[in-house]
Amino acid sequence: MNKSQLIEALAKDQGLTIKKAEMVINTIFGSVEESLIKGDRVEIRGFGSFKVKDYDGYQGRNPKTGEIIEVGRKKLPFFKVGKELKERVDN
Amino acid sequence: MALTKERIINQVYEKTQMPKSRCREVVESVFEIIKSTLESGEDLLISGFGKFMVKHKRQRRGRNPQTNEDLQLRARKVVVFKTSGVLRANINNNAG
Repeated sequence: MNKSQLIEALAKDQGLTIKKAEMVINTIFGSVEESLIKGDRVEIRGFGSFKVKDYDGYQGRNPKTGEIIEVGRKKLPFFKVGKELKERVDN
Repeated sequence: MALTKERIINQVYEKTQMPKSRCREVVESVFEIIKSTLESGEDLLISGFGKFMVKHKRQRRGRNPQTNEDLQLRARKVVVFKTSGVLRANINNNAG
């Protein structure tokens, strides 16, 4: 399922116009993104939680050429699956 | 402050001007659609955000790191999230 199919499914389930459903989906993922950019946690009961993890820089190597490269510090969001979703997927 | 479902409902309320109770129903519906999609084994791709994928893990021998006890982990299905390049760039560039 992609974003437009999610919008259609929501519109159908809730009797919303596509435009309104799109607004809802964009607001939801937009607010998650905004929180992660600020470094805030996101916690949605039954679904899961997101938090941004800080990774230190390190010296890496290009496995093809053997060339040493400097990998800078980076932040990556980490998703932890919630209990309900975890159990439902692994039924 | 952590973003919770309640705060997401408030944002949807501000944006759509639908009654609060309606916003709650709609937000619950979004997460229910997402959960049943993943439950059916189907992935969910939100372009610009990321992809929620159902992975099939094979049975393997594991170990309880606390007790050092050997144990058998059964084959199972798990959800993993892969961040989109766009979101990843936004998090690394905009964050203070």
